Amino acid sequence: MAPLGPAVVPAASQGACAADQVTMPGRGPGVLTVAGLRKSYGGREVVKGVSFALARGECYGLLGPNGAGKTTILRCCLGLTSAEAGEIRMVGEAVPEHARQARMKVGVVPQFDNLDPDFTVAENLLVFGRYFGFQDIETRRRIPDLLDFAGLAGKEKARLASLSGGMKRRLTLARALVNDPDLLVLDEPTTGLDPQARHLIWERLKHLLSAGKTILLTTHFMDEAERLCHRLAILDEGRIVAEGAPRELIAAQIEPQVIEVYGEDAPGWAAGEGKDCVRRLELSGETAFCYVEDKDVTPLMARLALHSGLRALHRPANLEDVFLKLTGRELRD
Amino acid sequence: MDLSPPRLSWRAIAVWRRNFLVWRKMAIPSVLGNLADPMIYLFGFGYGLGGLLPRVGGVSYIAFLASGTVCASTMNAASFEALYSAFSRMHVQKTWEAILNAPVALDDVLAGEWFWATAKAALSGLAILVVVTALGFVSSPLALWAIPVIFLTGLTFSALGLIVTALAPSYDFFMYYFTLFVTPMMLACGVFFPLEQLPPALQSIAGALPLSHAVRLVRPLLLGEIPGNALTHVAALVATAGAAFWLALVLTRRRLLN
Repeated sequence: MAPLGPAVVPAASQGACAADQVTMPGRGPGVLTVAGLRKSYGGREVVKGVSFALARGECYGLLGPNGAGKTTILRCCLGLTSAEAGEIRMVGEAVPEHARQARMKVGVVPQFDNLDPDFTVAENLLVFGRYFGFQDIETRRRIPDLLDFAGLAGKEKARLASLSGGMKRRLTLARALVNDPDLLVLDEPTTGLDPQARHLIWERLKHLLSAGKTILLTTHFMDEAERLCHRLAILDEGRIVAEGAPRELIAAQIEPQVIEVYGEDAPGWAAGEGKDCVRRLELSGETAFCYVEDKDVTPLMARLALHSGLRALHRPANLEDVFLKLTGRELRD
Repeated sequence: MDLSPPRLSWRAIAVWRRNFLVWRKMAIPSVLGNLADPMIYLFGFGYGLGGLLPRVGGVSYIAFLASGTVCASTMNAASFEALYSAFSRMHVQKTWEAILNAPVALDDVLAGEWFWATAKAALSGLAILVVVTALGFVSSPLALWAIPVIFLTGLTFSALGLIVTALAPSYDFFMYYFTLFVTPMMLACGVFFPLEQLPPALQSIAGALPLSHAVRLVRPLLLGEIPGNALTHVAALVATAGAAFWLALVLTRRRLLN
């Protein structure tokens, strides 16, 4: 049995960043390497040759619309399903051959809470520790630190039903840390939480990164990805269609400025004048999105000011613009 | 499909202990619930109906029924735990999913559930055994041999139940298993009346069912006799338990690890 670390979050390791800003981590041995992964269900290929690698201390995001293959990739990495092709190494172990050994050093926060409703907060952690082969006495010693980290100090004896959604999510995060993992796998960690609860989770995750943990996360919140991820991959229909740091992706994939044009006249304007003077323009409902270079912003805003039936909003391009450009605007249910 | 035999490790015990900790929180109502139902049948039929009957199989009807009740309540407790409770943990609460994210294999999870359902079934069967012994329906120390038979019966019906759980889309599905399998066995396998009362064609079918093997072992033991063909009955239960668990495992792997 692997000994537990002295504390949940050791003092910031050398070269790690401050908790409130995310910087590129130093080079290190790969914590997770996925090469040429393919997986199909019932003859339909849902992962079509995906490769990526996580360096130690890095936060790597998998972004994609529903059905892009994000959760399937995570299941393959954890050895919970076998792929048709591809190689996976996680925390130094070949997966799926040694998946169980690998999971000794991995913590997982699943998409849907699966805490034990019959147990108290502390019992949830205690029982989960047993699945790793830990003696109760070892886990008990760690529980105060884990709860402290999750903002649940003093809640040892609280019943699950008395916790809010955000508290349950933080307890799930604490449970994922019970084995002091090297790698954290988070499947949509803030889906369904209110803004306050989301910010608290992000702050906790940044804290873990600053302590040298490696994070693999799936999300479809662009702000979450932009805030947390050093690098990310945008997935569509089982393929990585773009990969890089959030800023780099925005710079490489899309015009730097966006002018959103609203109003009843927007579709008409987009079909006429808009089409002629904006190189790339997308219409979604009654909003026209004009993607333009820096120098084009002022002249276009001036033109739009002449139309009384239109309202225009100028903002810099963001990750969501990249995402929508690469994966399209149609619904994926 | 992964047809490989069960690969078990000690981690199955952690799964068993998880269920034990939940049970401990409501042990008293749970034990009372397990005891009340079979006791009502035993006394209702045993004294009520027994008063109208001559000796059955050479003993009073209630003494005859006592051994059948031990087996039937073991079967029922195993079935309820392996169906409703295990399904809740697998499908509703997603407890298994959480466990599988730790270094525990599905084989261990299922084995933990199997041994847990067996333990609950054995507790139920043993509780009845203690009560009927206290009431004086058991006279011979041979009855101690009924204890391992109760465990084996629990293993058999828990494994059979896990097959149904692996296939179930919802709780409603379990109705088929109870209506088509558990209830007919209760009535046809010698719990309430000797198997020999059935028409010959039905006798051979009923006699092959797992509950009949359990009853044919437990009844003579409680009455102080050595069961006839004991090895055959034990072998039938062991084979059913082993094969059923393997099948349940293959089906559960297909359901959860695809």
